[in-house]
Amino acid sequence: MSLKHIDLLICCGSGCISAGALKIKERFHEVLKEHSATNEVNIIETGCMGPCDYGPVMVVYPEGIFYKKVTPDDVEEIVTEHFIKGRPVTRLMLQEDDKTFSAQKDVPFYQKQIKVALENCGYINPESLEEYIATGGYEALGKVLIEMKPQDVINEIKASGLRGRGGGGFPTHIKWQMVHDKKDDEKYVICNGDEGDPGAFMDRSILEGDPHRILEGMMIAAYAMGASMGFFYIRAEYPLAIKRIKTAISQAKELGLMGDNIFDTDFCFDAEVRTGAGAFVCGEETALIHSIEGERGNPTPKPPYPAVKGLWGKPTVVNNVETFGNIPTIFLKGAKWFASMGTEKSPGTKVFALTGDIRNTGLVEVPMGTTLRELIFDVGGGMIGDHKFKAVQLGGPSGGCLTVEHLDTGVDYESLKERGSMMGSGGVIVMNEEKCMVNVARFFMEFCVEESCGKCSPCRIGLKQMLTVLDRITNGHGREGDIEELQRLGESISKLSLCGLGQTAPNPVLSTIRYFRDEYEAHIRDRSCATKVCNDLMHYDIDKDRCIGCSLCARNCPVDCISGSREEKYTIHQVDCIKCGNCFDVCPVKAIDKLPGMHPDVVAHRSELSKAVNQYEDL
Amino acid sequence: MKTLADLKKIREKAQEDLKLRGGNVRIKIVVGMGTSGIAMGAREVMKTFLEEIAARNLSDVLVTQTGEKGLSSMEPVVDLIEEGKPKVTYGNMNPDKVKKVVVEHIVNGRVVSDYVVATGD
Repeated sequence: MSLKHIDLLICCGSGCISAGALKIKERFHEVLKEHSATNEVNIIETGCMGPCDYGPVMVVYPEGIFYKKVTPDDVEEIVTEHFIKGRPVTRLMLQEDDKTFSAQKDVPFYQKQIKVALENCGYINPESLEEYIATGGYEALGKVLIEMKPQDVINEIKASGLRGRGGGGFPTHIKWQMVHDKKDDEKYVICNGDEGDPGAFMDRSILEGDPHRILEGMMIAAYAMGASMGFFYIRAEYPLAIKRIKTAISQAKELGLMGDNIFDTDFCFDAEVRTGAGAFVCGEETALIHSIEGERGNPTPKPPYPAVKGLWGKPTVVNNVETFGNIPTIFLKGAKWFASMGTEKSPGTKVFALTGDIRNTGLVEVPMGTTLRELIFDVGGGMIGDHKFKAVQLGGPSGGCLTVEHLDTGVDYESLKERGSMMGSGGVIVMNEEKCMVNVARFFMEFCVEESCGKCSPCRIGLKQMLTVLDRITNGHGREGDIEELQRLGESISKLSLCGLGQTAPNPVLSTIRYFRDEYEAHIRDRSCATKVCNDLMHYDIDKDRCIGCSLCARNCPVDCISGSREEKYTIHQVDCIKCGNCFDVCPVKAIDKLPGMHPDVVAHRSELSKAVNQYEDL
Repeated sequence: MKTLADLKKIREKAQEDLKLRGGNVRIKIVVGMGTSGIAMGAREVMKTFLEEIAARNLSDVLVTQTGEKGLSSMEPVVDLIEEGKPKVTYGNMNPDKVKKVVVEHIVNGRVVSDYVVATGD
């Protein structure tokens, strides 16, 4: 035993690290040394604690005091006041509506959450195998290996109702059963950590925060199916996740939890890490398998499913990080316990990455069936500022958006699919009324066009066509019939594409057309973007009554399109304006308005241009 | 590591290190560390508690601290909080008294009434 009476848990998830957590950690070491108190405090780096928006965050035990937005300058005060004198620093605690939340468990962000896959994230040191074991780690593996037959393991997973957390929601036990039933000399288990959705960071956080849990889950899966080799496929953009899982593997080997005859049984297991180069399509299981084989990361048609003919032609199971993260707990607490959470068809919990115009961005885990309202307004703390909620994009570029009318929808696989969205891997992007939905759809389409591997033509050519139409609509050249064209293209691409990327890529466009058709129509017919996001469909105008003729706008215009004088006031020559917004920013009397719609001068100019082009073509 | 019993051994040892983060705590010792407490030697008192507990390997005892308790004339003040029993507050503590409290109260379960300044909440 040591003299240490304080555990200082500093969140070292990627979010907090980029907010300066490592500098703070260094500072703590320095200050504690100055006060010769190094032997009283344990400084522990943990994985993501969740509330990334408050970062850098930390928790001080035994009291469980939660500090947010700590800077290196605050360290001195925390050490002298809290650690030495025992007076927690109120200033750094979460304060909302005149209430101060001192303990982590009281913070509203954590209230509606139930943590299964994230149980240890932000609580233990991810680089310490002992701390994982202290929380019950590897007990499930031992129990499974010693007491259960592989088929019993699969039956238990079946009873729990666990479904793949990577997005599709395919029942985990069916995949396992298929591989279990195949007779072969070698089988493989793969952990899919190729998380590529913009705005998603669930898998990264779990790998960084609790790597042993994923390893244990993978080993249980391997035992159930008769596999003895596993691969972690993690994208190169996640260096910390890769480092932590590698550390976990070598620690487990050292202790004999991996290798030959684990727990003195016949079960042998080894695992390696493979790094992905960041192609979005490699999250698709057949593309991922080809990438591990050293081939180009292209998908191949299914069937044959990987369970039949996967890695190097052998039966293979590919499971998502979070799916593995649930498995040890299912065996420790029982399938019944797991199935008691969530909804009937989607039991358990789901991890979401909350981002966008929301107050508490971060990593959360809630039971399936939690309504979007609870997720966004209770856990997420609602919208930033006085803005109104407009839409939420679930499932990233493969998902779809939902609107105010869906706020009371429970989040599970089926209910989201019914409404044109999907669970996806769990990225939740919340948008306020200042976002243009056509532009959002265009953004995701551009992403998919770039990430399309090009193997099948519906995806390669079709998505590019959709992007062309969307470009046309957002820059003011939209035509009647464009919406129908997008729908026709989208529906065919969904049906004809080879893999999940193409099949789901039209979703953002189709769902925004479904719920925000009027915005598309306004873009096409009125040449107007109500949110003033699309540059070509808005304009700046100077109000002569308010203008004081100071000429600041004219002097700051990079294209010299503002002219006038003190007497005549100033005017913007709309045709030349590039909408940079400089004038709007510098006007001292706020005489410049940002208005929706294309300016009549520009409309006239464009029609003259097209007339000229037509005449030229007639010649 | 070959059996569940081996794993359990490692777990029990590791849980010791996680003790501060909750778990099985039988007795909580709260040392008042306000300005007057520190001036009267509260840090020494806490250090002695930590050393004594470490020496005796008392894994279910937790030492923590708090601010000014108001009993300035009796500093250093220490609370012993035991599940299901009224809180016992000791006053005018020093390292020798700490040693006695650890032996009598914490190990043998007998309150050292000579040092008690208050009981209950």
